[in-house]
Amino acid sequence: MLTSLARELLQSLGNALQALGAYTIFFLRLLKEVPRALLRFSLVVEQVHNAGALSLVIIMLSGLFVGMVLGLQGFDLLERFGSEESLGSAAALGLLKELGPVVTALLFAGRAGTALASELGLMRATDQLAAMEVMAVDPIRRVVMPRFLGGVLSMPLLAAIFSMIGIFGAQLIGVQLMGVDAGQFWSQMRSAVEFDDVKEGVIKSCVFGVACSLIAVYEGYHSVPTAEGVGRATTRTVVISSVVVLLLDYMLTAAMM
Amino acid sequence: MPVSQGREASANSGDSVVRARDLHYSVSGRPIFAGVDLDIRRGSVTAIMGPSGTGKTTLLRLITGQLQADRGVVEVQGRDVARLSREDVYRMRRRMGMLFQNGALLTDLDVYENVAFPLREHTRLPERLLRHVVLAKLQAVGLRGAWQLMPAELSGGMARRVAMARAIVMDPELLIYDEPFVGLDPISLGVVGRLIRSLNDTLGLTSIVVSHDVHDLATVADYAFLLSGGKVVAAGLPGTLATDTREEVSQFMHGLPDGPVPFHYPAPDYLEQLRQLR
Repeated sequence: MLTSLARELLQSLGNALQALGAYTIFFLRLLKEVPRALLRFSLVVEQVHNAGALSLVIIMLSGLFVGMVLGLQGFDLLERFGSEESLGSAAALGLLKELGPVVTALLFAGRAGTALASELGLMRATDQLAAMEVMAVDPIRRVVMPRFLGGVLSMPLLAAIFSMIGIFGAQLIGVQLMGVDAGQFWSQMRSAVEFDDVKEGVIKSCVFGVACSLIAVYEGYHSVPTAEGVGRATTRTVVISSVVVLLLDYMLTAAMM
Repeated sequence: MPVSQGREASANSGDSVVRARDLHYSVSGRPIFAGVDLDIRRGSVTAIMGPSGTGKTTLLRLITGQLQADRGVVEVQGRDVARLSREDVYRMRRRMGMLFQNGALLTDLDVYENVAFPLREHTRLPERLLRHVVLAKLQAVGLRGAWQLMPAELSGGMARRVAMARAIVMDPELLIYDEPFVGLDPISLGVVGRLIRSLNDTLGLTSIVVSHDVHDLATVADYAFLLSGGKVVAAGLPGTLATDTREEVSQFMHGLPDGPVPFHYPAPDYLEQLRQLR
């Protein structure tokens, strides 16, 4: 029994390594296409609209509610120590460094990532990618690359919007509802938040953007061309993206401490 | 190899646009082709027929370089497809058009943009000229008036005609049709059949039509190959194939339910299986 368990473990490890290798090769192929894709920037802009602009409502709504919860919880906690005026800095640091990039990435994986994966999967299932190949048009260059870049560029923008709206939500609860002094709220925030804190958030959201977009286009492009296959690719996109975002978040936080 | 050399080689290999010799191909150990030989004559409409699962679409994928044979040679315009670099395969594909079974139109583009797609990708034509070309191709398939429609708004026959317009927009030398008659009503079927013939003759193309629709192919094709059991079992004029008395040919041509292609999927003894289930 122990031997079979070890064999299964080894096999899983082998599969994971194989998948990692396939992802790396695919990523390198995409990187090779970056200069060409930038020459046809209108295609990328179209995908920034699809992945970014169309995710705005969900990102803004989520940002507002996360900020409001942060305001409530933060106020409750800080009041116990008599330092509720620090609510502004606590909310801003929490949103800029952690919640903004992470929650945006998770929401991005659920909205834009699944849309990307299912779109590419359906294009494969309906022979659209094969038709492009036969028309001597490289689908990686024409279809996958603009979608990947669109996702990468959208993520930091969405994370910034999420954090901004979140701070507004925390202010709404802390200042307008709980009576924290507005001057204290904003001045504490301005003195506590440094450039490095903003930089940490930007770096995280860029890395998450690459990871989530890569996972979505890889899973969609390599999906089995059946209804079940497309469904599985969509599910895998959300699951893998979520786990990878949380793993990368820990690694980046530790590295930037 | 430069295009000029390719043309020279083509002249050397006679009047064949596509030539397959001793073609072997298998999927997961299951042989699909076991020594296929065929020649597609320039300027002709050639039918590739055969029962389902005989590898007709696989043959098209080998011709277009989407798949590579395990053994044997596929030559297009005199050039061995397997030996071409990726760039050369793409260069070769610019001189051919392919119509997929379901049309394979790009669903996020309208009819006009679908037909314009290859031109936008491969040429730098001014918008005015591009418009002329696209509308001329749509006129040829009778769908100029549908230029603004989205693929979801088209019937099966219309989608296939748009795909035809897209396939000829780059003025190819070779046009490949994968099951163009499947799922069409009699009117659309007649329209598509007539278009295959007229496009081939007026544009001076070479056409390959993969289908198992014996009657419709008979009116369109100049020559036909019948694939079965991984080989070409018969070749000739569609009319003469119908009179072939060999079992594997007559079963297909006359739609007989049982024969070399058995009605029953291989199964264990019926009684034995019933006993096991008890």
